Amino acid sequence: MSTTSTTTGPAGPVTTRPRRSAARSGEAVSGWLFTAPVVVLLGLFLGVPVLMALWVSVSDWTGRGSPFSAGVHFVGARNYSELLTGGGLATQDFGTALKNNAWYVVVVVPVQTALSLVLAVLVNQAALRGRGFFRTAFYFPSVTSSVAITVLWLFLFSASGAVNQVLGWVGINGPNWFNDPTGVLHALLKALGVQDGPAALTDHRLLGVTWWDWLGGPSVAMSAFIVMAVFTTSGTFMLLFVAALQNLSGEVTEAAVMDGANGWQRFWRITLPQLRPTLFTVLTLGLIGTWQVFDQIYTGTQGAPGKTTLTPAYLSYQTSFVNQEWGQGAAIAFILFVIIVVLTLFQRWLLRERSERRPRPVRRASERGTR
Amino acid sequence: MTAHGTTTKAPLRTPPRPGRRRGPRSTSGVTYVVLVVLAVVYVAPFLIQVATSFKTDADAATNAVSLVPHPFSTAALQRLFENSDFPLWFANSAVVTLVVTVGRVFFASLAGYALARLRFPGRGLVYAAVVGVMSVPAVVLLIPKFLVINQLGIYDSYAGMVLPLLVDAAGVFIMKNFFESIPASVEEQARIDGAGTFRIFWSIVLPMAQPALVTVTILSFQGSWNELSHFIVSTQSPDLTVLTKGVAGLASGQLSQGTQFPLKLAAAALMTIPVAVLFFVFQRRIMNSSDGAVKE
Repeated sequence: MSTTSTTTGPAGPVTTRPRRSAARSGEAVSGWLFTAPVVVLLGLFLGVPVLMALWVSVSDWTGRGSPFSAGVHFVGARNYSELLTGGGLATQDFGTALKNNAWYVVVVVPVQTALSLVLAVLVNQAALRGRGFFRTAFYFPSVTSSVAITVLWLFLFSASGAVNQVLGWVGINGPNWFNDPTGVLHALLKALGVQDGPAALTDHRLLGVTWWDWLGGPSVAMSAFIVMAVFTTSGTFMLLFVAALQNLSGEVTEAAVMDGANGWQRFWRITLPQLRPTLFTVLTLGLIGTWQVFDQIYTGTQGAPGKTTLTPAYLSYQTSFVNQEWGQGAAIAFILFVIIVVLTLFQRWLLRERSERRPRPVRRASERGTR
Repeated sequence: MTAHGTTTKAPLRTPPRPGRRRGPRSTSGVTYVVLVVLAVVYVAPFLIQVATSFKTDADAATNAVSLVPHPFSTAALQRLFENSDFPLWFANSAVVTLVVTVGRVFFASLAGYALARLRFPGRGLVYAAVVGVMSVPAVVLLIPKFLVINQLGIYDSYAGMVLPLLVDAAGVFIMKNFFESIPASVEEQARIDGAGTFRIFWSIVLPMAQPALVTVTILSFQGSWNELSHFIVSTQSPDLTVLTKGVAGLASGQLSQGTQFPLKLAAAALMTIPVAVLFFVFQRRIMNSSDGAVKE
C-alpha cells in the first residue's frame, strides 16, 4: 500500500508539469497573438509617428519627399524659438492662438461643469416625471458630430439667424456673431467709457500679443463657439454626475436632514464633497478636451475674424498643411501637448493636496490610481 | 405642506419629517419650469435645423426661427443629391465606419481578453502602453499620423483611412475591465475539456461579453462616423471624401455660392441620422454605460 502511494506521489507532478508548462507557453503565445494587432497598430500609428514628428519639429523639412532624406537638415530648437521668442508673425500667431484658446478654456470648463452638475441634480430627482425625456434632450447634442453642430451653429448665429431674431424679441440688437472680432471684455470696458488700455498694458507684449489684448476676453465669434462647446458637452458630463449621484449613500443625507440642514446646505456640505472624484474627472476631461479645438474652427471660421478664433491645434494644422512649414507645425503640436500634460498634472496635484486633508486617504489614492 | 405634492413653495425648506424619508424627493413646479425651458433650449436647434432643411433660401434668411417652412420646398435636398457628391460621401463614411467598427470591436476584445486573463511576459508593458496612449490628445497626432501614412505609401487610400483607426485604446480598456468582472470558472472547465485559447475566447467568453461589446460598438461607430481630423490628414482626392470632410467643405463655402443654409443644414441633418438612430436604439445602454466609464 505504501509503495503505491509513494509512486503516485512523485508521479503526479512529473506527468502534470510538462502539460502545465505547455499550457503556460501556449498561453504566452496566445497572449502575444491576441495583443499583436493592437500593439502593432498602436506602435505604427502612434508610437512611430510621434518620434517622426519629434524629428520633423527639429528639422527644416518642407513637405517634399521623405523627412529622412539627405536634403533635410537638423536645425536644433529653431522652430521652437521662432514660435516662443522670435517676435515675428509666427510668434504673434502662436500667442494669439494661445490667448484665444486660454479664454475658451477659462470660460467653457467652469460653465460646462456647473451646468452639467445642475442638469444632473435636476434630472436625478426620484419623483421627476419624464426623466427619460429630459435626459435624452440634454444628452442628444453629444452624439452629433462636431461638423454637423458647427454647420447648425453657423446658421443659428448668423446675422439674421435664429439667435438674433430671438434676441430681437426682447429688444436686443444681436451682434454679427461669427464676423465680430471684438473681445467681450474690451466691449464691456468700451461700454463703460474705457476706449484704450493703459500704456503699461498696451506697450508690453507676451508672445507678440499686448497684455491689453491678452486681457480682452474671448471675441464675440469665439463666444459663439464657447456656447456651442457647453451645449454639446454638458450632456455627457451630466451622465457622469448622474451616475455618481446614484452611487451616493442616502445615510449621510438622511443624517443631515435629521440635523435640520436645508436643501442648499445639504448640496454644498454633503452632496458636493462626495462628488469630488467625479468633479475632478469632469474637470480633467474638460481641460484636455477644450485645449483641442480643431473641428469647429476647420468647419466654421478657419481662424477668422481677425484671427480671434485661431487655436493652437488649428494653427498647427494650418502651418504644416497649408503653409508647408512642417517643422514649425510639429513644434506647435508638441508645445500644445506639453501644455495639456502640465495642466493635467497641475490639476492632479491640486486634487492630491485636497484629498490628503480628507479621511481615508489610502482608499482615495487607490481610486485615483485605477482611473 | 408636506414634501409630497407638487407645491411650488420651495419644498427644500420644509422641516424634516421624523419619518423614513430621505429628504424632500418630490419635484416642485419650479423645477419643471426650469427643466422645460432648458429642454426647449436644447431641442429647439435641432427642430429648427430640420425645418430649415425644407425651406427656400429666402425663407430661411427671413424666418430663421420658424418651425414651419413656407413654402415647403425640397429644392435643397434635390440640389444636395444631384449637384453635390453627398451620396458618395455617405457611402464612403458607411464603408469606413463599418470596417473600423468591426475591426475595433474584434481587436479590442482580443487584446482585452489577453490582458485580463492570459499570463504572458510583457503583459504589464502592453497594458501600460494602452493606458499611456489614451492620454495622448488626438489633435497633437495630426501631423505625426500624416507623416507615417505618407511614409508607408498609404496616403489617399482606403488603407490609410481605415488602418490607423482600427485600434482604439479606450475599447481595449473597456473590454479588459469587463472580462475581469466575469468569473473565470467557466473558461477553466472548457480548458480542462481541452479547448484551445481562441476557441474558449470565441465561443465561450465573447458571447458573455455582449454588454461590453455593445458599448464598444456604439463608441466605435459614433467615433469613426463623426471623425474629421484623421480624414483631413489621410486623404485628398474627392473620391475618398467622407461625410464630415465633405460637409465641412460645404460649410466653408468651397462648393457653393451664397449662404445656401437649407442645403447645408439638410446635409448636416442627414449625416446625423445614423448616429441618432444608433442612439435611440441603444438609448438605455448608452445612458448606463457611462456609469461604468466613470468608475474606470
